[in-house]
Amino acid sequence: MSGLLPMLPILVPMASAILLLALWRHPSIQRPLHALLSAVLLGVSVLLFLDVEQNGIRTVVVGGWRAPFGITFVADLFSSIVVVISGVLSLSVAVTFLRKPAAGERADSDRSPFFWPLLNTLLMGVNGAFLTGDLFNMYVWFEVLLISSFVLTVLGGRRSQFEGSIKYVTLNLMSSILFLVALGILYGTVGTLNMADLAVQLPKVQNTALVLALASLFFIAFGIKSAIFPLYFWLPASYHTLSAPLGALFAGLLTKVGVYALFRVFTLVFAPAMTQLQGVVLVVAAFTMVVGVFGAVIQYEVRRILSFHIISQIGYFIFALGIFTPIGLAAGVFYFVHHIIAKSNLFLVAGAMERVTGSADLRRMGGLYREHPRLAILFLIPAMALAGFPPLSGFWAKFSVIYAGFGSKLWVVGGVALFVGLLTIFSMMKIWSEGFWKNRPVEDTPFKDVESTGRLDVWTLAPIAFLAALSVLMGLFAGPVFDVMVRAGDQLMHPAAYINAVLGGSR
Amino acid sequence: MTGLLFAALAGALFAIGIYLLMRRSILKLVIGLLLIGHAANLSIFTAGRLDSPIPPIMTQDAIQLTAPTADPLPQALILTAIVIGFGLQAFLIVLVRRIVGRNGVDDTDEMTSTDIVDRGQEDGK
Repeated sequence: MSGLLPMLPILVPMASAILLLALWRHPSIQRPLHALLSAVLLGVSVLLFLDVEQNGIRTVVVGGWRAPFGITFVADLFSSIVVVISGVLSLSVAVTFLRKPAAGERADSDRSPFFWPLLNTLLMGVNGAFLTGDLFNMYVWFEVLLISSFVLTVLGGRRSQFEGSIKYVTLNLMSSILFLVALGILYGTVGTLNMADLAVQLPKVQNTALVLALASLFFIAFGIKSAIFPLYFWLPASYHTLSAPLGALFAGLLTKVGVYALFRVFTLVFAPAMTQLQGVVLVVAAFTMVVGVFGAVIQYEVRRILSFHIISQIGYFIFALGIFTPIGLAAGVFYFVHHIIAKSNLFLVAGAMERVTGSADLRRMGGLYREHPRLAILFLIPAMALAGFPPLSGFWAKFSVIYAGFGSKLWVVGGVALFVGLLTIFSMMKIWSEGFWKNRPVEDTPFKDVESTGRLDVWTLAPIAFLAALSVLMGLFAGPVFDVMVRAGDQLMHPAAYINAVLGGSR
Repeated sequence: MTGLLFAALAGALFAIGIYLLMRRSILKLVIGLLLIGHAANLSIFTAGRLDSPIPPIMTQDAIQLTAPTADPLPQALILTAIVIGFGLQAFLIVLVRRIVGRNGVDDTDEMTSTDIVDRGQEDGK
């Protein structure tokens, strides 16, 4: 059983999906059962992380076919860390879903009995993409999570959801197709799709121009998924149309799968091509940061503001990748963890704000500090973390990325990162002053954009408090956390251990 | 020679697909995605060395099928990609039907409400 440990974060959601599908006639059981199964998922993810942290990289060879032939699942520090964070997030969101809908509240997507199995297949795809050691298998996991997310985006059946989904679906399918074409050409050139084997074989390819073209294709394919500068348009068009807890899950996980793939492929497979692509990567990073943060400035809906901030934050990841030193990648992994916690938490807070005020529009909100002081405090923690105030997680995340950038003499992009941090504070202050601080505006005509219940219960506040506590703890214990990240960054930068763990004695 | 033919065919399919993506009709957009998907599958197909008459048999200690041998693996990859593509197309067609039924338009230019920022109240303040 312990030999299968690296696969459990995939197998648990798969079993959950099947179980929850079998219970489709009993929605009252599905809801708590999903929360329970998410706790199990988090449990096995933590076990996997502890094992990898203690004993080094773990692999599972599916079907007993040795490495370059069969599909290998690999858990190194980076992948086990992100699997744990996805477990944390899925549990938090599952608890949010436990809230009993008030009488007369509009049926939302989570009323569908197929919502819960799809949520689990989504998690299965995400964890599969994190843990696979084979590029074609990664494509398959991408499709698993994409088709689940496609259906989840339209389950509510609202007009805006359809409009958002057609953009989301089209651009993500384009990205998948580009990924597939790149895979075909890569296989035709090298004759293998096992990532460790590729890392060995690809430097032997004479045609460096072809390798560079392939690396660019992968960069664009994963870039669409992670919403980098010229390719991000699907994200702000679709994320705010989702129900709030689902939006939190999407915001935390889906773009990050693309970023994970970029980190994995460009440190392992295309590391030699990085020297040529580095300039492009850094320019893209700078534009992603700036465009995302400026896009947020003109928005007046909380979750639209936050959606643009996802893009801006993606820029920091890409910057960390572009620095391409062990400390830069370590900073990237730290940012990964911080970002998923803080950003998803803000989406959950935004959902709570919308429900108590009945509007998604900041101009119609107000007075939340007086009416819901607990929510106000819980908003401040992730907002300050996102903006990068010490001693919260975001300060160390931004500090380490910019420190690594300056360490590699990337003054301009590092400066842009600092400047974007300032504008992030501006956006967070806008939500604070409009939503929480000012008095609630008196309306001539009553409005109801979103179903309002006017009160908050423990199921809404507990996950927000939990994620906020994680942000604080990560900031206070930044030293020990960062030690682990440095080891993860080191593993990424020096893939010999990874290659050895996968190919072992077969070479 | 066959490889060249397939490359030309894949290129043509890409071109037609992208042209259809640029149209405003959602139905044409779906057909475009479908054609581009086929083009991608064809381009993987060519990676299997179509002209080679040498059957894919490896010696015991070899770890890779090397150049002149025909390679059956891309066909297995395409099979997976076709199945996935089929599922996605089925979903897309239903989605288009629902969109046209719900929103009453088959024109992507009419579907901008999720992008546009509502500034209506700003002037009044």
